[in-house]
Amino acid sequence: MSERRVAMVTGAGSGIGRASSLAFARAGAAVIVSDIDEEGGAGTVEQIQEEGGKAAFMRVDVTEEDDVRDLVARAVELYGRIDWAHNNAGHGGSPQLIEDYSRADWERLLTLNLTGVWSCLRHQIPQMKAQGGGAIVNTASTFGMVGVRGMCAYVAAKHGVVGLTKAAALECAEDGVRINAICPGATRTPQLETFFAELEGDPRVAEEAYVEREPIGRLGAPEEIAEAVVWLCSDAASFVTGHPLVVDGGWLAQ
Amino acid sequence: MKALEGKVALITGAGGGIGTAAALAFARGGARLHLLDAEEEGADRAAAAVREVGGEASTAVADVSDHAAVADAVGAVVEAHGRLDCAFNNAGISGPLREFLDYPDEDMQRVLSVNLVGVWNCMQEELRAMVGAGAGAIVNSSSGLGVVASPSMSAYVASKHAVMGLTQAAALEYASKGVRVNAVLPGVIDTAMPARLTEDSPDTRRLMLAAHPMGRLGKAEEVAAAAVWLCSDAASFVTGHGMAIDGGYLSQ
Repeated sequence: MSERRVAMVTGAGSGIGRASSLAFARAGAAVIVSDIDEEGGAGTVEQIQEEGGKAAFMRVDVTEEDDVRDLVARAVELYGRIDWAHNNAGHGGSPQLIEDYSRADWERLLTLNLTGVWSCLRHQIPQMKAQGGGAIVNTASTFGMVGVRGMCAYVAAKHGVVGLTKAAALECAEDGVRINAICPGATRTPQLETFFAELEGDPRVAEEAYVEREPIGRLGAPEEIAEAVVWLCSDAASFVTGHPLVVDGGWLAQ
Repeated sequence: MKALEGKVALITGAGGGIGTAAALAFARGGARLHLLDAEEEGADRAAAAVREVGGEASTAVADVSDHAAVADAVGAVVEAHGRLDCAFNNAGISGPLREFLDYPDEDMQRVLSVNLVGVWNCMQEELRAMVGAGAGAIVNSSSGLGVVASPSMSAYVASKHAVMGLTQAAALEYASKGVRVNAVLPGVIDTAMPARLTEDSPDTRRLMLAAHPMGRLGKAEEVAAAAVWLCSDAASFVTGHGMAIDGGYLSQ
């Protein structure tokens, strides 16, 4: 493939989104890096450029549909098209039981994790259909397949992302636009470190408890999730659509 | 660097459509191959195709339902190469299209023997070699029908569901020992198997096509590409997973 591909990533300022941005760049794509965190986003762009890749940052809050619309428009303006999109922005929220969960937190997390992906799809799909194809990967979670205590909004939203992925995949299947999801297990990201720190007690104990239940005996690395994202976007996955690809060291097999 | 550079891989059912495509894809990925098929001609044909693209392949004739034959074949790979890094347990049969109440016992037995016991036999021998080395990756052929059902294929559906369960069971037991075990869940792939199955039934053929939201059947190469990726180090955190390659079939 001599022509440069174009990728866009949300939540690209750290963790999985940063890793997938770097992986897209290594796969030869120009990358539109977006995040609400400007410093993180700039750091990702810098890393890509240091490796000789091409990237641009745009500050985007995916809960603001206008931001998302502008992001897609800007990507097309800069690079002419969007071949690959990784809709990755999301947050687990603070651990809290349902009866203690505030309505505001519930709505904030649903808007960020689910409506944010929906907004991205709404603007990416027409562009990809118009240009004759593309591939989108949404970040769901193992908690898009099973539940967990203390994260009701995240679990509901991520199940929603899996459902939305399938619905969108069906609508686009004949248009050359493939839409899949990744379901990462516990992955060593800044966000997970914060989550462990917010749990009661020693964060290292919380991490050990997770690892103990992880069949593979360790946490995942953001780069391992990024590999799956890039593979799903690649032409090797040409018959894969609507699939939630689980990257979790065996967690869901239990 | 190629995805499977320096690895030794075993592929069963290598003479079939998906098996031969996988042999080529693994070879292009840099793997040295040992190709198994129940028929000598199938194994030889696949090996010749591999050599034509500059790959390296040895062959063995084995019915995967025969545990002793499988043990010999895996033993031969380990003896020849000193190791076994990847295995694609792909051998399988469809059985006839027949309603459950009319399904002949001997066909049910045969389908379960090849599709389920065959994978069991292969995995036992492969895991023995891999766990000893502390590393390896196995991919089993389940099916979209390993997750949902389709009429008149009860034995096949049961066998493929069982393969998915067996995949997860083995994945759990060996996750901490460096061996990953996953499955592919193909939709209907355009090979001789569905062609034979539907040769007297154009209606079934039409329904098969309509069942895939992408509006076409899959290609053997598309399943092969997924098997290569799952066997590669890029999938180092993926185990116990059933990867659908189905044009959206399971999303409906």
